[in-house]
Amino acid sequence: MRDNFKYNITWLIIMAAGFYMINTLILVGIVNTFIENMLVTIGINIILATGLNLVIGFAGQFSLGHAGFMAVGAYATAIITSSVSGGSGFYLSLIVGIILSVVIALIVGIPTLRLRGDYLAIATMGAAEIIRIVINNMKITGGAAGIFNIPQFASWPTVYIMVCITTIVLTNFIHSRDGRAVIAVREDEIAAESVGVNVFKWKLAAFVFGAATAAIAGSLHASYLQTIAPSEFGIMESISVLIIVVLGGIGSITGTFVAAIALGVIDTILQNFGALRMVIYALALILIMVFKPSGLLGTKELSIKSIFKKIKSRKEVI
Amino acid sequence: MQIIFQQIINGLSLGSIYALLALGYTMVYGIIKLINFAHGDIYMLGAFWGFYVINEWHFNFIAALLSSMVIGAISGVTIEYFAYRPLRHSPRITALITAIGVSYLLENGMSYSFSSNTRSFPQVIKQHSFDVGGVLISNIQILILVTSCVLMVLLQVIIKKTKMGKAMRAVSVDADAAELVGININHTISFTFALGSALAGAAGVLIGLYYNSIDPLMGMTPGIKAFIAAVLGGIGSVPGAAVGGFLIGVLETFFQAIGLSAYKDAVVYVVLIAILLILPAGIFGKNVKEKV
Repeated sequence: MRDNFKYNITWLIIMAAGFYMINTLILVGIVNTFIENMLVTIGINIILATGLNLVIGFAGQFSLGHAGFMAVGAYATAIITSSVSGGSGFYLSLIVGIILSVVIALIVGIPTLRLRGDYLAIATMGAAEIIRIVINNMKITGGAAGIFNIPQFASWPTVYIMVCITTIVLTNFIHSRDGRAVIAVREDEIAAESVGVNVFKWKLAAFVFGAATAAIAGSLHASYLQTIAPSEFGIMESISVLIIVVLGGIGSITGTFVAAIALGVIDTILQNFGALRMVIYALALILIMVFKPSGLLGTKELSIKSIFKKIKSRKEVI
Repeated sequence: MQIIFQQIINGLSLGSIYALLALGYTMVYGIIKLINFAHGDIYMLGAFWGFYVINEWHFNFIAALLSSMVIGAISGVTIEYFAYRPLRHSPRITALITAIGVSYLLENGMSYSFSSNTRSFPQVIKQHSFDVGGVLISNIQILILVTSCVLMVLLQVIIKKTKMGKAMRAVSVDADAAELVGININHTISFTFALGSALAGAAGVLIGLYYNSIDPLMGMTPGIKAFIAAVLGGIGSVPGAAVGGFLIGVLETFFQAIGLSAYKDAVVYVVLIAILLILPAGIFGKNVKEKV
């Protein structure tokens, strides 16, 4: 327990250093609004993809419905902050979004998580599409046109802090006793059940956890971009989050960070290419997958723990 | 009563397109366990090829249909060779992402090189309708139904009666064992892709005739719907894909007819989830028990 505390503190220091670094770069003027926009998009994608990585990479449940939960968070923020402005409105909407998406994740997850593999993928995709179609046809959500002029509250510090919080909570969950139960479910359901792991409970826990992070990302997205429409939360959005997870390496949180940052940067560079952008993106995707099928990092993690251990063992040798 | 029959006829025509596409999904899935996301785009390629040969080379319907099937087959086999074959032994989700990449490449490649405008498909066959007891049936609907039924029967014959069909079934049951008895796996998988993609090419020309408009992104939604149809019927099962396709087509037109067109896709998904919960392996799928 004390060891874990030490590693978490180290991470916190690194995160604070990162925060001040970006802050200074903005003050100096190296990071302009264009790059800041890219950083925020990357941050939101990191939150989405780490949540999905928990579901796919650690619990082994193939979900294609991430965009649906993102939509719930985004619309909760859009509707609530339009009437209650300021920070309190945003944080209230964040919590409402999380609660709503947890409830929906339970409603979707309890029946569908009995399915396996591609059947689960298609069922979760269907559930997300149902959420999107319902939003598309409701009055309060502004129908197909969406909601405009959402008061902006989330700027890059909010997104940065949210990325840090979700990542710390997520990694601590994965490294806890409960996290090991989730990983056991991925490795072999029958074996896990025979050693007393409640398979269904942990599948559902991972799924709900993933949905909650997606709602956070959705809230940030709505609050930062100020306009949302149901068409943004279609199957393609779920797939683009899935691409980040697979590209980084399924079951590697570090990999997800690397892939989200790499794709964000590539996307920004490719903006200059206009129509050719998606062609290059598609080719890059195919080539990376063909030549590096396990993703950029595989299941490797950058962990402070192993670095500490290495330093320790080196000292002992000396 | 007439309205119901009318909607069933409309639904069956749309459903047969979904069924043709779903067959490709289900065969490929049955043999290499890959959701071939690029399948909907082969359907788009087929439609564009039909558009091109009818406008430029003045092909008639049969020639356009057959040449589209050939083009579909060639593109299917090429995609398999370059994108999926290197990944045959890697995790399935990796192959899935590659398939999505191929799909993006085809959609955006077509938009980039031939512009993303919607084109109107040349009407090689003059449309006229027959009145059968108050139910209007157009000749194109009959053509679509007959063509797709003929193709499906043909496919069933190929799978059940020929040597290659036997090889396909063997590989889908156990690829390693099939290799041991002398079946060339690579050829068999290429053949499966050729068959499935040929059907998608045919579906492209048929939908061009039916809806009269094509664009580079036309494959996306029908592709997903056809995949749902395949899952609904029990993925890997050929009759299941046909039944699933017809079911989705009829459901969709029916909900459109009763004024719930905004919710028609939602209804399809609700039915899908409901069926999967009752029959987790689809209507015709075999539920394989896991042995310890």
